[in-house]
Amino acid sequence: MPKDGGIGASSKRREDVRFLTGDGRYTDDINLAGQAHVHFLRSDVAHGRITSIDTSEAEAMPGVVRIFTGADFEAIGGIPCGWQITSRDGNVMQEPKHPVLAHGKVRHVGDPICAVVAETLGQARDAAEAIMVEIDELPAVIDMKKALSGDAPKVHDDLENNLCYDWGFVEENREAVDKAISEAAHVTTLELVNNRLVANPMEPRVAVGDWAKSTGDYTLYTTSQNPHVIRLLMGAFVLGIPEHKLRVVAPDVGGGFGTKIFHYAEEAFCTFAAKACRRPVKWTSTRSEAFMSDAHGRDHVTKIELALDAENNFTALRTLTHANMGAYLSTFAPSVPTWLHGTLMAGNYKTPLIYVNVKAVFTNTVPVDAYRGAGRPEATYQLERVIDKAARELGVDPVTLRRQNFITEFPYATPVAVEYDTGDYNATMDKLEEIGDFAGFEGRAEESKRRGKLRGLGINSYIEACGIAPSNLVGQLGARAGLYESATVRVNATGGLVVMTGSHSHGQGHETSFPQVISEMIGIPEDMVEIVHGDTATAPMGMGTYGSRSLAVGGSAMVRATEKIINKAKKIAAHLMEASEEDIELKDGQFSVAGTDKSVAWGDVTLAAYVPHNYPLEDIEPGLEETAFYDPANFTYPSGAYACEVELDPETGVVTIERFAAADDFGNVVNPMIVEGQVHGGIAQGIGQALLENCAYDENGQLVSATYMDYAMPRADNVPFMTVDHSCQTPCTHNPLGVKGCGEAGAIASPPTVVNAVIDALHRGGHTGIAHIDMPLTPQRVWAAMQGGSPEQGEGHGSAGARQLGA
Amino acid sequence: MDTTLKINGEERVLQADPRTSLLDALRHHLGLTGSKKGCDHGQCGACTVIVNGRRINSCLTLACMHDGDEITTVEGLGTPEALSPMQQAFVTHDGYQCGYCTPGQICSATAMLEEVAQGWPSHASADLSGGMELTDAEISERMSGNLCRCAAYPNIVDAIRDAAGKGER
Repeated sequence: MPKDGGIGASSKRREDVRFLTGDGRYTDDINLAGQAHVHFLRSDVAHGRITSIDTSEAEAMPGVVRIFTGADFEAIGGIPCGWQITSRDGNVMQEPKHPVLAHGKVRHVGDPICAVVAETLGQARDAAEAIMVEIDELPAVIDMKKALSGDAPKVHDDLENNLCYDWGFVEENREAVDKAISEAAHVTTLELVNNRLVANPMEPRVAVGDWAKSTGDYTLYTTSQNPHVIRLLMGAFVLGIPEHKLRVVAPDVGGGFGTKIFHYAEEAFCTFAAKACRRPVKWTSTRSEAFMSDAHGRDHVTKIELALDAENNFTALRTLTHANMGAYLSTFAPSVPTWLHGTLMAGNYKTPLIYVNVKAVFTNTVPVDAYRGAGRPEATYQLERVIDKAARELGVDPVTLRRQNFITEFPYATPVAVEYDTGDYNATMDKLEEIGDFAGFEGRAEESKRRGKLRGLGINSYIEACGIAPSNLVGQLGARAGLYESATVRVNATGGLVVMTGSHSHGQGHETSFPQVISEMIGIPEDMVEIVHGDTATAPMGMGTYGSRSLAVGGSAMVRATEKIINKAKKIAAHLMEASEEDIELKDGQFSVAGTDKSVAWGDVTLAAYVPHNYPLEDIEPGLEETAFYDPANFTYPSGAYACEVELDPETGVVTIERFAAADDFGNVVNPMIVEGQVHGGIAQGIGQALLENCAYDENGQLVSATYMDYAMPRADNVPFMTVDHSCQTPCTHNPLGVKGCGEAGAIASPPTVVNAVIDALHRGGHTGIAHIDMPLTPQRVWAAMQGGSPEQGEGHGSAGARQLGA
Repeated sequence: MDTTLKINGEERVLQADPRTSLLDALRHHLGLTGSKKGCDHGQCGACTVIVNGRRINSCLTLACMHDGDEITTVEGLGTPEALSPMQQAFVTHDGYQCGYCTPGQICSATAMLEEVAQGWPSHASADLSGGMELTDAEISERMSGNLCRCAAYPNIVDAIRDAAGKGER
């Protein structure tokens, strides 16, 4: 029977009412007295040398407060990168400067050149039009292959070339992998593009900087998934403001999906300008500005080779990936194609030998960084596509081939440096066959055929590494940060609790699910617990929300702090009941003495803690407030199996999704309703990548998909009803809640599921020559492939033409 | 210039530059920040409000064009103490995550049901002469102007069907 409270209950979200009535408080809803507005004049060319900037006419225009250029930031640090990768040759990656405002050169369309601060936004825009900027345009480097050629123009003149790093993993395995592939009974090879995407949270980024003349304190209100990280990066590395003089607030945030993790130039600008102008400075991104300044996602070009023996066992895997970094290194960009991607190349399979080579490349495009899944979708896509292709080449059932190679014993140490603690991949596949009604597929395919349509079934298995991450491990891997999480639990005299957490909620429903955990632990109603987050002035230092880590890491910190609270409360209860501390039990909000009928209520104990008239003052301090920092022992490994049925119209190439089923193993589930919403959202974004979305540049580096008219977002009529199941649960073995994380699964697992289904439909329709079509599978691409055309499509598609990397 | 708007039943006099969009007038001049700006181009629907009974993108119309018009924003549909039936259905069916597109979804869905009641056909309607069935395809098509990046679409469709009294899927 469904629970009506605590862990496992689908408690309705307490965030709901303010969102539904328009009472949410998002960053753009914040207006400070006397604030000025900033408009950024951005480069409209991809690459060029700034020869002059004349702001004199603009400065005389009405309402202009001050105009800033790169020269104003010469004494200021650049935007830092938080992860350093070491190349195969032992050298550290090439790390270019990333100025707040362009200095000397512009390096991508959207690179900010000048910032106009004015009384009104309209005045700032008008004045920006009067600024005279002379730029000597240089040839743009867009294509990754051309970027690496000897005569390519350099994105950064002071670097050796456009190669950020050349990473090999695990380098010691390389020769053994090469040998296994050369000796294999069968090798399946696939080249593919993981298309460049834009995260597109519905709330554009906003920053409001404030500086208090009276104290010299700074406050930044910003649309961030991790305000403490912004405080640290901006304070310590860019502006030189000590953390105790800088407060960062991220109030209600309208979606993040990764792109609001990073520290952006506009945040540093508004904070800096607030002091320089001695008044608050506000910036709100327009949507087109978001397209050319929010960090993009994906953009990998990969060749993958899977070796099998004569019994169809996977024997080795080798991949070569070119990963686009864009023009500068965004905060966590270097980690995405490496540690978040290479370590997942084993997938759900016991492939004994794996070698991953990644070349990260600078181009004249917007920086690329983590987007929902970050590295893991890229790993899963290539792996699950090549396995599907191998099954087809070998004439075996794709489910059978996967099952045969599944890891079945845990813990399992992969050849790519991670240890899966638990999982049951056959269980989720069994569940998928049931909820996806595989048995009924042939009948549905026949029915489609009668209507002149081609129906295909695509399946996929996935694993992801979430709950990032053990700090000592990521430190060895190049992270310049720890990845623990924190929580302070403050119990008030009357028994209510406030949890101040470093985990930030921007749609994940922490305000609802976190109290469910505390309610379960203490036995008090959920509405006695309030979650406070998103403000460095109230929450302890925390690393924020990304990588499906909030409950696994932040929730664990909260559990640890609550355990400390309970331990202290038991001491107080023991004193009140004149009993031994070891005999005290806590259940349903009552402390009792084991084996007696003596009890005191939770509220009596909390009151005693703050009114310590009858209190063991000689043993413990008054008050009831505890903080815990939780550093995970390992990643968590959610896994599962997905199925998609598509119908393809052979006349037009239009693909529609008819059925979608997801069987996930997230370990223990705190709020099934919230989990279901997260899975829906992830799948929809994955369907977007597979069928609709593509961030496209032309050969001159113009961003040709910078509005919703040009960048196809999934809409209500593109997203099917989905059958979502998370009843297969192998709890995480190393965190106190046994949870694994659910936010990214859908985005990781659905793109290969959809593409596998389309290829299946084409083969069933007799188009057996089509081994692959690059995402997004637009009607144009599918139709062209059916006519025997090249699936690559030429200009304006794929990853800046990078598909031609080919072999 | 002065424009008189009847917003959520209350007459408000707006003094603003004639270039001010209705959305900016609501958010910046009248203190009604419930309506959201997602694109300012009429492509995302986060700014949807109801003008004289019809849903429109408030970013695509100038405030000064609405002198005397009746405008309903999300603030006028329900209150935390008394949610509208559509708002209540969104709670029941978990029709959002981050909440940013939600005010636009609520206004859009509320007016959309009225359009159906009046027999206006859509691209998904089988019969253009009115009297269409409120199918899931009909709801999805009619709500396709409201983007939700959290992609709560299946639950939004459930909520709207429920609010329309059409029961469970």
